[in-house]
This record gives sequence, structure tokens and C-alpha cells, in this order.
Amino acid sequence: MRKRQRSEAAIVGIGELKPVRYTEGATTLSLIAESVRLAAIDAGISKDEIDGLLVGPQVGETPQHVPATVSEYLGLSPRMSNVVDLGGATGAGMLWRAQAYIDAGMCETVVCVLANINEKGKTPRSPNRNPIREFDVPFGASGANTSYALLKKRHMEEYGSTQEQFALIAHWARKNAQLNPDAVFYRQPASVEDVLNSPLIVDPLHLFEIVMPVGGGTAVIVSSKKEIINRHKHSPVYILGAGEKVTHRAVSQAPSLEKAPLSFAIPHALEQAGLHVEDMNLLSLYDCYTSVVAQTIENARLCEPGQFGEWMKHHSFGFDGDYPLNTHGGQLGFGQADLAGGMSHIIEAVRQLRHEANSRQIKDAKYALVTGNGATLSEAAALVLGGEA
Amino acid sequence: MNLIEKLRHLDVPGPTITSVTKPFWEGVASGEFLIQKCGECDKNVFYPRTHCPHCWSNRLEWTPASGKARLKTYSVVHHPGHPGWQDVAPYPLGIIELEEGPSMLTQLLVDSPEDLKMGDALHVKFVEVNEIWRPFFERDSSRD
Repeated sequence: MRKRQRSEAAIVGIGELKPVRYTEGATTLSLIAESVRLAAIDAGISKDEIDGLLVGPQVGETPQHVPATVSEYLGLSPRMSNVVDLGGATGAGMLWRAQAYIDAGMCETVVCVLANINEKGKTPRSPNRNPIREFDVPFGASGANTSYALLKKRHMEEYGSTQEQFALIAHWARKNAQLNPDAVFYRQPASVEDVLNSPLIVDPLHLFEIVMPVGGGTAVIVSSKKEIINRHKHSPVYILGAGEKVTHRAVSQAPSLEKAPLSFAIPHALEQAGLHVEDMNLLSLYDCYTSVVAQTIENARLCEPGQFGEWMKHHSFGFDGDYPLNTHGGQLGFGQADLAGGMSHIIEAVRQLRHEANSRQIKDAKYALVTGNGATLSEAAALVLGGEA
Repeated sequence: MNLIEKLRHLDVPGPTITSVTKPFWEGVASGEFLIQKCGECDKNVFYPRTHCPHCWSNRLEWTPASGKARLKTYSVVHHPGHPGWQDVAPYPLGIIELEEGPSMLTQLLVDSPEDLKMGDALHVKFVEVNEIWRPFFERDSSRD
């Protein structure tokens, strides 16, 4: 591992749809188009300046040929296009790839986009015909809740972590969401007691510890064109370091239930950036479940393994706290538009590093750690972002 | 209706059996719990596949497993991801470590899941669910 070469590429545009509990009259492609349009406006560029496209997999509408389909819909002709398929780590995985494709000379301005509809009464059933479908689902383990409950229980048994300690994470997410009018849980704070009193979905996970599925979309534009970066009315944000790791798919096949792939990805990203976790002004940590934040805090070596609860007791996690954490409310407070949920952590980091986070702006924010997590603590990506503001 | 009867009548998905995994499910249906052993590195492998994930040998051989396992972690499903399981909810699921080494996910047939502990001794118990026999596990009090 070596320190990352400073790339010319910067994050120059962000677009984010306000999440809605249920979408009506929308398609995934229409939400992708609107997200990209917003990001281009934010960047101050025209569509003809985009020559790279990174998209995610789409279970329902477009299982194959996603880049071509999205290009056609938007009238784009990218010189580089691809699918990034890392579950909740897709957004973070896209960003460093966009930079790498630019640095390889394949393109100059890449749009990374993820969006998803969520229609009432329609729960898409996975079309998987692979081992997890054959060896987990037939035992009653359908959906992510069961897998994350198994992981949370293991943490509780191994380290003696308590329900109250996990509930505090959901409480902070809801609390921070009160400063974000776009969050699905805006005006719906939750105390630790509220979290503990919410129904057990899969013991030991309560309802309020689990993200709310929503419809929405996000797009981020990365460019190395000096002229675009200088034209840009916002200050650029740079990708200073990245790390990634994939270890398994099904939780039953995890090589270790303690050593999650983020424990590899985060140190890699920090080392590339030449920074320490204590240098970060924002922790933008992927939070599909409370327990994932708990483990990520430990994987980032903010405390010893198993000690997140004790560590959290001594710190404060609002924008004005000593460890600002998911200041947009995280996905637990903001909502999870499928794969786009992971991108919300990047969007918030960019806002903070541009010093455009309004009422929740972290003072003098310069560096942010962003994490992504996919499948069952299987796919991990981490980014260190740096601003100029 | 007792639990075994209830399970038999559930309308839930079965395994998506492939030509590679067919011997495993045929074994389960005839009361045999088969795993694979690598002909090169001697490690045991589960789930069934064509290549050893430890050494990439393609000489995996079927071998009967003891059916003994230890509990690594568990959860209790109150709201199943697939609605077909609702009739038996709440039900416990576990990740178990087979005596031969590999891990698997299974449903646990225990009366009081709140008493489960990591490391508990378990034994395979074949259960018919929606016309497919499946290897669930139950407590093995002889090995506590």
C-alpha cells in the first residue's frame, strides 16, 4: 500500500432527489434521469460534457445492458461506461473508479448515478438462482434483516454489547435528521426508549434500527477538466484515499464474523490519504442497521473491538459534536433508496466539505470518512474526501 | 397442529437445486447428510460446489457428515422476509459450525430460543417442508 498520487479529478456536481416513502408514476430510468440532470445543473455543465457513465445493477427494469440503456435514455455517448455492483458499497466504489478511469485517460467527466423506485404493495422478489438462494432462503432466511440480526447477536454475545448501546445509534440518526427537511424522519425524533419499544422484526433487531425503504436517487459528477473545475460555483472536493474489500456473499459463509471487510478498507483509504481517523471532521458511515455503524466505528479503530458502546457514551455525534456522524440523518433517518442510499453518505460529505450544509454545517470541515457496505457485511468500500473550503 | 406438521404444510420456497448440488438434496431426502471433502488438501467443504475454495482442486468427493454441529450465532425471526413463513413465526435461525469445519445457515428446532448460547451442541434433524426435505438442527443434549 502506498500513498495515493494526487489526482486532477474532483467531485464537481451532486444531485439528490428528496426521498419518498412510495413512488408513483416513476420508473427507475426516470429517477436516474432526474438525478443526473440535477447533478449537471449543480456542476454547471451541459450533457455533452459528460463522457463517462457509471451505473448500478437494476433487478427489475434493466438486469442487463444498463450503461447502454441509461445512455440511450439520456442521449449520452460515453467513452467509458460500466456497472458497479457492490450493494451498499456501490456509491463509494463508483467514486474511486470514476477517478481511476479519468486518471487512465479514458474519459474526463464521469457521472455516477443510482436511483430506485419503491411502489406500494410491490416487494420485488430476488431472481437469484445462486448458492445463497439455495442454501439460506429454504431455511427461512429471506431478506437482509435475518442476516444482520445474526451478526448483531454475535457481537452482543462476543462482547456483551447491549440493546441500549445499539439504540443510541438510531437515536442519533433520528436526532440529526431533524436538521434535514428532506429526511423521511424529519419531525420524527426517537429516544433510546422509543427505539427499544419499537417492534422486534428479527430478534435482536428492532424496527427503528432498520432503514426505511424509500424511492429516490442520487448522482455525483467527477471531472478532471480544469475549465469545469474553475467554472464550478462550488469549491471542489477531492478523493484523497480509497479502500475496498469483498469477502463473501451469504453471512453463513463469512470467513470471520468479527473481522468485517471494512476493517481492511478503512485503514487502506486512510493510509492512501496519509491521514488518521482522528483527522476526520465528518464520519459519514453506512448505516443500513445500527449494528453496522457499531462495527464500523470499531473497524475504523476509533475504539477497541467490542467497545463502541462505551466509546459512544463519552462523545457527541451532532454537527456541533466532537465526532459529527451522519449529519444528514444517515439512512436510518433519511431513508434508503436501495443502492442510492449508500450514495447519500457521499452527498452529505460533499455538502459539508463545500461548507454548504446550512443549519447543520460542521465548523471548518476539511476531511470526511465515507463508508459503504453491501450484502451481509460482505462488500466494503471506504473513501477519504477532502475539501478546499 | 404441532410444529413439524405446520412446517410440512408451509407454502415457502424450496432450494434452487442444480446438477452440482443434486446429490446433497437427494441425500437429505433419504436421511443422509452429505458434505464434500477435497481430494487434494483434505479440507471439508459446504455448500456443495465443483472446486475447493481453499486450494482450487476440482477433486471434491462426497462424504457423509456426522450431523453434529455447534452454534455460532442465532436470531429469532418475528417478521419473515417471505410471507410464507409467518405461520411458524417467531422461529430461530442459526449459523452453525459443522463438526467437520464448514459453516451453514439453518433453522433451529428448539422450544425456548432465549436459552440458546454460542457453542451449544446441535444435531441434524431432517424436516419436510413443502414437499422438500431440509436439514434443520435441534439440540443435542448428549453433548452439552
